[in-house]
Amino acid sequence: MKISKEEVLHVANLAHLEFDEAEIDRFSEQVGKILEYVDALNQVDTTGIQPTSHAIFLTNAFREDVPKAHLDRQVGLANAPEQEDGCFLTPRVIG
Amino acid sequence: MNEGTTMNLYELTIHEAHRLLQEKRISAVELTRSVLGRIEAVEGRVDAYLTIAAEKALEQAVAADKLIEAGDSRPLTGIPLAVKDVICTRGLRTTCASKILANFVPPYDATVSEKLQKAGAIFLGKVNMDEFAMGSSTENSGFKPTRNPWNPDYVPGGSSGGAAAAVAADMCLGSLGSDTGGSIRQPASHCGVVGLKPTYGRVSRYGLVAYASSLDQIGPITKDVTDCALLMNAIAGHDSKDSTSVPREVPDYSRNLKNGLDDIIVGLPREYHDSGGLDPDVARAVDNAKAVLKDLGARFTDVSLPHTPYAVAAYYVIAPAEASSNLARYDGVRFGVRDKSSGSLQEMFRRTRSGGFGAEVKRRIILGTYALSAGYYDAYYGKASQVRTLIMEDFQKAFETCHVLLSPVAPTPAFKIGENTDDPLTMYLSDIFTIPANLAGIPGMSIPCGFSSKGLPIGLQLMARHFDEDTLFKVGYNFEQASDFHDKKPML
Repeated sequence: MKISKEEVLHVANLAHLEFDEAEIDRFSEQVGKILEYVDALNQVDTTGIQPTSHAIFLTNAFREDVPKAHLDRQVGLANAPEQEDGCFLTPRVIG
Repeated sequence: MNEGTTMNLYELTIHEAHRLLQEKRISAVELTRSVLGRIEAVEGRVDAYLTIAAEKALEQAVAADKLIEAGDSRPLTGIPLAVKDVICTRGLRTTCASKILANFVPPYDATVSEKLQKAGAIFLGKVNMDEFAMGSSTENSGFKPTRNPWNPDYVPGGSSGGAAAAVAADMCLGSLGSDTGGSIRQPASHCGVVGLKPTYGRVSRYGLVAYASSLDQIGPITKDVTDCALLMNAIAGHDSKDSTSVPREVPDYSRNLKNGLDDIIVGLPREYHDSGGLDPDVARAVDNAKAVLKDLGARFTDVSLPHTPYAVAAYYVIAPAEASSNLARYDGVRFGVRDKSSGSLQEMFRRTRSGGFGAEVKRRIILGTYALSAGYYDAYYGKASQVRTLIMEDFQKAFETCHVLLSPVAPTPAFKIGENTDDPLTMYLSDIFTIPANLAGIPGMSIPCGFSSKGLPIGLQLMARHFDEDTLFKVGYNFEQASDFHDKKPML
């Protein structure tokens, strides 16, 4: 298999995801198959080829640094799962 | 309508409705009520909508009628539209068909939403999709699958399946979708309507919830080519809020529709037409389309896009890599649904994300995180980005000898609901004809060109050079006028 269960667990940890045993089995098999298919890219000789990250060539998009209207604090907080004193509230970070 | 006619208002195209509104033969309120009635009548069989904003839509219709009365109307004033649920609409729930955003009400409008509303358009509601636009069938919606209006046992395509189905079923006059690897063109093809993926950078992505930022583009799904041009006129253009949008003048996309095809050379990409696995009904419909265009005066030439066999592989590295980064923001802190059973912050992140995302989204996050992780970056993301350059160069070379490229949109008509859900790779391979345009950033259009033996629609894909949507509209319009596929309606 292209990707082991341990690698799936490692990557899941990096991505803040958790899986049960059945999911780990399924994902390592499916992702493994996809990675095997993706290996076809190695048939292409890319020596000296520049990578493309965007198809339309634009250099730096500059604009004047002028303040514009922004969201009011309460509007920005309106979707917060929990809030307190005008701030987003999260579980305790430091014990 | 004042004059005797058997046509229901909801069946109108945008340009027909505009004319009747201008002539004051109908009002925007009448039109909106008719479409809302249609939604009520057939939504149970199509499941296209995630949110229906009936009351708000009628308020907008009243405002539109005032504008028309004051002689201040534009082509979209009073036109009821549906918006894919991945595009932010201020005050109107926007879920991306994901449980993790089930309660998200955007505090701002996407640039396209703002532009359409300024043009006087009416928003009927938000339409279903594959979760975060990841999928080809709308079965990956976190809420419900949408059904193909032509046959409820079949998928409408995806990821903009709700948008395409709503247009095909006359549950809106037109809609906006988004296309990262074919998500406008493929559902348009499967539902028998017109869909355009514009050039990358032509339409602002501000307020489009990001899936793969270097590939995503918003575009129209409509009942005909004329309507598609009208919607593009309203949404295209540079936006200082999207640094990848291109500062370039927007032409009137309606201006060249009626010009002939004598000056047009159509390229036939060998790799697309000779590919095994092409459904015979699709091959026949595309051959017929070639004959129609030939009769209209277009000339043909064979071209080669030699790196086509690697496009799907490159896409399924690049898109998941970008997605794994873009979707890191869903952590239950600032918006969306939070798992409140957790003690620590890390646990809250993990439980919120694991409970909120569906299987396909998790699969792509795993794939993308892996492709970007230490030791694998060059082998996967680096390699795929180089192959992307070669795919772009293929198109540049092909467009030296032709103006548009003609191909099928998808290798087969719509498949049955549930048929491909166990095998993600098979589902991915069905995007083979649409993915290359996203990698190269070129525009592509889907136009109805026939029906399968089972009565399911088949679409023709036309692709053009960067920023040459104009030629797609012209060729598409000429083809449409010479055929009657777009006039056919599903029986619902």
